[in-house]
Amino acid sequence: MTTTEQEHLWQSAAGVRDPEVPVLTIEDLGVLRDVDCDGGRVTVTITPTYSGCPAMETIRDDLTLALAAAGYDDVDIRTTLTPAWTTEWMSEEGRRKLAEYGIAPPTGTRPAGPIRIALSVPCPRCGSLATREVSRFGSTSCKALYECSACLEPFDYFKVH
Amino acid sequence: MIETTTPDEIDPHGEVTVDRVELSAELAGSEGRASSAEIAQYALWLGDDALILSQQLGAWIAHAPELEEDVALANIALDLLGHARSLLRYAGTFDDRTEDDLAYFRDEPEFRSAWLFEQPNGDFARTIARQLVASVYMYELYRALSSSSDASLAAIAAKAVKEIDYHRDHAVQWTLRLAGGTDESRRRMVRGLHDTWPYVDELFRDSRPVDALPGVAVAPSSLRDGFGAVIDAVFAEADLAVPEVEPSAAGGRQGRHFSTLGHLLAEMQVLARRHPGATW
Repeated sequence: MTTTEQEHLWQSAAGVRDPEVPVLTIEDLGVLRDVDCDGGRVTVTITPTYSGCPAMETIRDDLTLALAAAGYDDVDIRTTLTPAWTTEWMSEEGRRKLAEYGIAPPTGTRPAGPIRIALSVPCPRCGSLATREVSRFGSTSCKALYECSACLEPFDYFKVH
Repeated sequence: MIETTTPDEIDPHGEVTVDRVELSAELAGSEGRASSAEIAQYALWLGDDALILSQQLGAWIAHAPELEEDVALANIALDLLGHARSLLRYAGTFDDRTEDDLAYFRDEPEFRSAWLFEQPNGDFARTIARQLVASVYMYELYRALSSSSDASLAAIAAKAVKEIDYHRDHAVQWTLRLAGGTDESRRRMVRGLHDTWPYVDELFRDSRPVDALPGVAVAPSSLRDGFGAVIDAVFAEADLAVPEVEPSAAGGRQGRHFSTLGHLLAEMQVLARRHPGATW
């Protein structure tokens, strides 16, 4: 496979969006791990953000469609658990797009130990640090629910993982 | 419309069509095969624990004390279901059974989940007590299993431990809140822990096939100290004492179960048994 072919293949797969966070592509998220082509058969490797992430099956279907549209009919989509996905793989572009969309991007590091302190997350709408975690768990596995005490808006925070 | 034995009857499940999706193709880590009956059995233990707890937590959806807890318990159940799917899929690779065969087409005596997980939800405090024990135990387990010489088990564990970390934090926060809240919330938390504690011991008992799998499986007894240290720290913070209760006889790993598991399975399995092969 030539570099141009590899590039074309990667770009065809990279445009697929996360159905639950449609502002991000699977490339932005770091879910797309590898593409390969061997004698006309394309192998795409993806990794789930969370073990139970229901978006994975939609992403598989969308990948098959996107690659078919790019002229690749023989596609094998593999999922791998190793290395385990981490928010560190999220692109800078992805973080910027998330914030614009109204979801606070992952910030800082993950505190360790059984008893934790809460760290402030800047409000994606007004930038205030006077925010409060309402629930560690939100609308999807990868997000927590916050509210801003300055502009009073609720917002989602993409958890550091 | 699917053919049923009584075509005139209206099917309560609506229109069900059977498709031919290869389930194994939908799963994470679908490249590994369990190389021995013992490894498959061990994966089944862990998969059943996660599956039963997930199903139990799902029953809270729309019934939790506040909307945020509906969402939290649903999220935790979803993570656990993900672990169960990976583990049961792996267990099934040994004798060519799918995750669905294992989840929907086994009866109570074939389940290997520990007794803790089939204890009733009870009130919210009792669910949190069970959740505290489960998540502290699973955290220690998956952290150790991440270094297993079995690549598939190590991969599933490395993924799971990051998620269990959130579950553990959730259970710890609620334990502190309930124990330090009102007299009523504290009374319920203490009672929830008391009702849960007889089932702690079973999680740390070594039995077959684990003792035949050095380096692959984690000896349950090796997790007891780590579990105890976290529980002690939480109880010290919450001014709680470890309940003084006799451990239960425990028979989950041998397929002996409470009637509660039968009711749980009846609800969980009815759709798949009514329409074998259906996907939705």
